[in-house]
Amino acid sequence: METAPRKKFTASSLLLLVLFTILAVLMLFPLYALFLASLKPASELFRYGLNVRLDFDLMSLDNYRSIFAGKGEAGHYFQWYSNSVIITVLFTVLSLLLSSMVGYGLGMYRFKGRSLIFTLVLVVMMIPVEIILLPLYKLTVSLKLINSVWGIILPFMVAPLPIFFFRQFALGLPKDFMDAGRIDGCTEIGIFFRIMVPLMAPAYGAITILQAMNSWNNFLWPLIVLRTTDKFTLPIGLASFVTPLGSNYEALISGAVLAILPILVLFLFFQRYFIEGLTVGGVKG
Amino acid sequence: MQQQINREPALASKPRNRLANSQALAPYLFVLPFIISFLLFFAYPLINAIIMSFQSVLPGEVTFVGLDNYRELWNTDFADALYNSSRYTLFTLVLLIPVPLLLAVMLNSKKMPFSNFFRSTLFIPALTSVVVAGVVFRMIFGELDGALMNSFLHLFGISSQRWLYSSELSMFALLVLASWRWIGINILYFLSALQNIPSDLYEAADIDGAGTRTKFMRITVPLLKPITVYVLTISIYGGYAMFTESYMLWAGKPSPQNIGLTIVGYIYQQGFQYFNLGFGSAIGITLLGITLVVSMLQLILTGMFKKEE
Repeated sequence: METAPRKKFTASSLLLLVLFTILAVLMLFPLYALFLASLKPASELFRYGLNVRLDFDLMSLDNYRSIFAGKGEAGHYFQWYSNSVIITVLFTVLSLLLSSMVGYGLGMYRFKGRSLIFTLVLVVMMIPVEIILLPLYKLTVSLKLINSVWGIILPFMVAPLPIFFFRQFALGLPKDFMDAGRIDGCTEIGIFFRIMVPLMAPAYGAITILQAMNSWNNFLWPLIVLRTTDKFTLPIGLASFVTPLGSNYEALISGAVLAILPILVLFLFFQRYFIEGLTVGGVKG
Repeated sequence: MQQQINREPALASKPRNRLANSQALAPYLFVLPFIISFLLFFAYPLINAIIMSFQSVLPGEVTFVGLDNYRELWNTDFADALYNSSRYTLFTLVLLIPVPLLLAVMLNSKKMPFSNFFRSTLFIPALTSVVVAGVVFRMIFGELDGALMNSFLHLFGISSQRWLYSSELSMFALLVLASWRWIGINILYFLSALQNIPSDLYEAADIDGAGTRTKFMRITVPLLKPITVYVLTISIYGGYAMFTESYMLWAGKPSPQNIGLTIVGYIYQQGFQYFNLGFGSAIGITLLGITLVVSMLQLILTGMFKKEE
């Protein structure tokens, strides 16, 4: 068994390598094109459309300068950036804390109503939130959360997918540790924070990426909740550069490139946990 | 359970915080955030949506109108939205389940070099916001001769297309955008399930002389069923909930002849541009009905496969 595949290894490996290299190039191509466009003047875009011509005489950092100079519409860009950072950090931290508590509770304890609550988690997961958009908006108005950070965060903070994920993960946690903690006089909450949270580290790694990504890129709900330009998040701000009357391409394109950076860096940092976490806690049906 | 509760006071010598210490109460404390959030931000709005769908909701004036909102759904805008969303959902299912599944199997193969590198690279598009992706793909599918898709067509002697002005071509653009953002995510889902398949199954099949294709059809596909059902479910959800992609491709303005109008786009238009909250809710409840029916169908169909096995 071990001798025969040796020879096949190289040929099919090479084929796979070629296939996936092409695929990877295709996948990264739009981002490369965007980056290239951000270095070129808008007039080039208007004349030829998005292209991949390398013309070093044309290329400059002017688009980025226009953002940093904060002229005109681009004046709010870094305020949007900081709004997005604040919302993403708050949302991710709260969502990780609360979802892991709920998931742990569902996975580790046997109690009355457990399967009902788990079913409700699945129901929330399967029904598009867009269905309740209008009443949720009305509720947000009556809670006086419109145009605020909390209006964006609170309704989606306890998210079904992370709960599901943490529950799957908690099913595999050692129950003996719980008893050991109890014998040592630890409270149930204490057991969770001191023993279980560290054990769930891979799950936290995976969900951090997931939730940070969702929050950083969230569009529809912030579009509804946020009213004034100074409160906008990055996606809403960037989208406001695209108008039927014409687009502020300098700010739009360089702003789009800068908007991808933080989440990309976060992913590169956490990718090991992300892939590992998905595998370990993975949806086993 | 009963025994544990009885044993508790004996073990905990100092009953300082009885509430936090009680094993019977602790699980409820842990799931409390979900219960609150579910009641306030899901159940209450859902009931409200049902009520509102029978009302005409104008600023300072709410009247009961019975089924009028639902009758009003019988119009070309809604038909367009329903057609576009359904078509988009169907195509994403056909594209975004088999392709990522095959790619995941390849990435999981022992012959695959740099597997980790590729799975990260293919995931990177998913990190970009739909807004950014929309901006890029709007330019890629621009109507100018120099725009990427058009210059690609020129290589084959095909003349420039106005991508975002035709129903078929713009659906193609939307599907390219969807594939770009979702392939990597779905690959990761399938990979995570593949790694849970015990390798001795394949070894046993090897001994029996099974070929690659037989192993794939008889072992891989059946064992991936739970994850496939999951991916199917979230894809149906995602397909019918699609809004931002078309909002960005047409720069926030109505697409020509509604070619980009989706059900959620219609909810947004009626609710937040025309402040027609009652009618908007009726669209939402109809969408709920559609997703429930489709999910049920899917569960029945996949359940039937189970019986056959």
